[in-house]
Amino acid sequence: MRVGLFVTCVNDTLYPRTGRAVVTLLERLGVHVDFPMDQSCCGQPLYNTGYRHHTEPLLLRHAAAFRDHDYIVTPSGSCAAMVRDNYPRIARRAAFEGRGSREVTALAEAAACTASKTYELTEFLVDVLGVTDVGARFPHPVTYHPTCHGLRVLGLRDRPRRLLEHVAGLDLRELGGAEECCGFGGTFAVKNAAVSAAMGADKARAVTATGAHAVCAVDNSCLMHIGGILSRDNSPVRPVHIAEILASTDGNLP
Amino acid sequence: MSTNTSRERVLARIRRALSDVPRHERPGDHPVPRDYLLTHGERTPQESVTLLAENLADYRATVHRTDAARLPALLAELLDRRGHRRAVVPHGLPQGWLAQTSIELVPDSPLLTPRELDAVDCVVTGCALAIAETGTLVLDAGPGQGRRRITLVPDHHLCVVRTADQIVDSVPQALRRLDPSRPLTWISGPSATSDIELERVEGVHGPRDLEVILVDGDPQALTPPA
Amino acid sequence: MSGTYPGTPFPQAAAVSTGDRTLRANLRHATHTIRAKRARAVAELEDWDRLRAAGAAIKDRTLRHLDHYLVQLEENVTRAGGTVHWAADAAEANRIVTELVQATGETEVVKVKSMATQETGLNAALAQAGIRAYETDLAELIVQLADDLPSHILVPAIHRSRAEIRDIFRDRMADWGRPAPDDLTDRPADLAEAARVHLRDKFLGCTVGVSGANFMIAETGTLVVVESEGNGRMCLTLPDTLISVVGIEKTVPAWKDLEVYLQLLPRSSTAERMNPYTSMWTGTTDEDGPRSFHLVLLDNGRTDTLADHVGRQALRCIRCSACLNVCPVYERAGGHAYGSPYPGPIGAILTPQLRGLASPLEESLPFASSLCGACYDVCPVAIDIPEVLVHLRERVAEGGETTVRGTRTVIKPARKHTAERIAMRATGWALNHPAALLKAQRLAARSRRFHPRRLPGPGRAWTDTRDLPAVPAEPFRDWWTRTHGGTA
Repeated sequence: MRVGLFVTCVNDTLYPRTGRAVVTLLERLGVHVDFPMDQSCCGQPLYNTGYRHHTEPLLLRHAAAFRDHDYIVTPSGSCAAMVRDNYPRIARRAAFEGRGSREVTALAEAAACTASKTYELTEFLVDVLGVTDVGARFPHPVTYHPTCHGLRVLGLRDRPRRLLEHVAGLDLRELGGAEECCGFGGTFAVKNAAVSAAMGADKARAVTATGAHAVCAVDNSCLMHIGGILSRDNSPVRPVHIAEILASTDGNLP
Repeated sequence: MSTNTSRERVLARIRRALSDVPRHERPGDHPVPRDYLLTHGERTPQESVTLLAENLADYRATVHRTDAARLPALLAELLDRRGHRRAVVPHGLPQGWLAQTSIELVPDSPLLTPRELDAVDCVVTGCALAIAETGTLVLDAGPGQGRRRITLVPDHHLCVVRTADQIVDSVPQALRRLDPSRPLTWISGPSATSDIELERVEGVHGPRDLEVILVDGDPQALTPPA
Repeated sequence: MSGTYPGTPFPQAAAVSTGDRTLRANLRHATHTIRAKRARAVAELEDWDRLRAAGAAIKDRTLRHLDHYLVQLEENVTRAGGTVHWAADAAEANRIVTELVQATGETEVVKVKSMATQETGLNAALAQAGIRAYETDLAELIVQLADDLPSHILVPAIHRSRAEIRDIFRDRMADWGRPAPDDLTDRPADLAEAARVHLRDKFLGCTVGVSGANFMIAETGTLVVVESEGNGRMCLTLPDTLISVVGIEKTVPAWKDLEVYLQLLPRSSTAERMNPYTSMWTGTTDEDGPRSFHLVLLDNGRTDTLADHVGRQALRCIRCSACLNVCPVYERAGGHAYGSPYPGPIGAILTPQLRGLASPLEESLPFASSLCGACYDVCPVAIDIPEVLVHLRERVAEGGETTVRGTRTVIKPARKHTAERIAMRATGWALNHPAALLKAQRLAARSRRFHPRRLPGPGRAWTDTRDLPAVPAEPFRDWWTRTHGGTA
């Protein structure tokens, strides 16, 4: 089984720690991980801002980079959702626009092939590897924020929770209003900064109220937003990607 | 006439807008999956009556159960208890139903104005059918039900439901038995509003009291006492 | 409604309303109350997903053959004694209604809550002709008395608390008729009672009613109004003349189709198994209800919406408002920020389509969402609102083909988005050239000690309220190359 890590551009640039944690975790579980250097961004920021046509080359690049892999694993619910939900949509739109058949076929094939083998990390662990106890130790109070695209587009349901419940020493705290969006939303965070900040402030307040030392999620972009507010408010709660908790054996808070 | 032109303009716009719909597609061709349930759960007739009573009560209707023989006495008691003086009565209401009450009966008539109706205390009707799953009464202006306004303006509505043949389980079953050419009024509890802070409050413009009498046996057969 | 919505773009309007603590508290309380109730009402039906799929498919069937069904509807309404009028736009609809009222000689009408007449601004048009329209839905009454604007589809006065409503009743009811009692409290039951007494005279005396409709059934010519208070029944059955203004997309093909919508709508809307009153009428009935019935079929941008094969799903909407009640953006920004009678997620896709991308307000609406998808989850007719939002963003950002008042045109990208478009093109290029991207990543890593805590220019929108993450010493791919030798 050839497993390609799709680290995502946000993690590559800002959160390499998360990418390293995925590698550590998967290698510990006996998975040989590969990182195709040709990968880039899935195109989500462009697509969601209205630049579908600029997204197409990234779709093709992404598919080519992972052409030879059986599984594409990514520590991002929203990038996985982009590939699974929006790539086929982009291909359909190109067909509807009556574009050249070679172009349309290339997009359709690229979309179909990546969509079917892309897994968000917790899905890959639970559904493909069939594990819920990954041998991690993290003796801290932690709360879990289910990010929107993981929750509603991918339908991750209780997979992340089941993994967290098996982490030694971890004290999982219920987050009030867990399923409400944190207010990140990509360019929404700057285009509608006031509403985004208001949503984030409510989320940060709910996080702090749990008494957890860390808030975890399957998306660092949401954690960047929540963490940015927590940090501005001098909150002691740390944003931590779930991969880092699942990779942890020394029990240290990153 | 300008609206005639607009008719053609709107229809032409629609046809242009639908240029992606294949020419050969007929209106019924687009598939509609109808694998939803006809009823939600299996019930005996008695269980359906019980469910109807529960759901009516849940939306603040007052529910009574009786049999055909005791219906006139119950109606008399319910009308007298409140000190009502006048009740409007639709055509075709079995005469025996109100045989034991002494209050003035005002027959439904097209000549009754809304203001005159407003001066009546209550209305007694039957119904076309009732839906157990939703706690709904449906009136179709048929015999024993009257014109729509008589169950609207008076503040107290007493509605008689025959348990033997008037209760269906579900909305789909109800629609199959109703005639769309008749004016229909579906009633689920007394009038209500959620307009203030999205909290439900009963009692606005329609009757604030809805009393439903579920009658076993055949109250149609009741005849006035000799 | 007497006022009109200001044309302020959403971000600016929302920046103000988000800071209004009373509004935030009122909206939070109301939307959270209904959310849990809706979830319980929906959970009662094990076949909800199947009903939802049927609800979407029936509307799609109708929309794909709307011309056919409208002609059929017209025939059947006419056969049953009604008169059908067609209005291509708001002004025409208002003119038709005004002339119909004038023909009766009346100067007052009672109105059932209707989104279509909010959209056309009918009350103002009637007022110009010297005709007074009395709103009879409790929330519409509150809005009308307060000279305010609706901020929610189901509960137009959702932004008002009970105490505010009491004050509005006390101060303003006397201007419109019977005053509020002196000892009026802010208990919802007392407020409802005050509305009952205030409106009673109007119902009993008025001879012209104006309504919308929730559904129109093509095969029978039947109209359906779903309501709670009984004001609908009053307006639909007591007057001599009834005028219903209904959007053309409210058509459904068959009587049988109601079995789907009468299960979907009440549970999604007021979170009830069934709403207190539903009225169904086919034309006129001798000696029962209005002697004269007029149906005004309204286009007003609907056919333009229909022409967009992604955006047309917005026409499935049955106006339940479930999407508003779960929307985190609506909850904080409030309904007025959406600048039209259609607020919330559905408004963000409906307004720019009905009106076209006519001004910076309409251009801003598709961006008024974090794309969290809660709206799509609860939508009883499965409108993929995030999909349409992104589609409309594309129309704003890249321009493209659209239909305006029946004419296909190609619109240019919005002017405000020029700088963004250049930046996005550059970003797209860089992301497609990983070597260039890596250089930028390394540069960012090397200069990380000098990164400011607060950004200038557009970056301020982030750093005004949020810290930036620290840039790491090396990007992931450098670590990978270092430790795993850069395979593949």
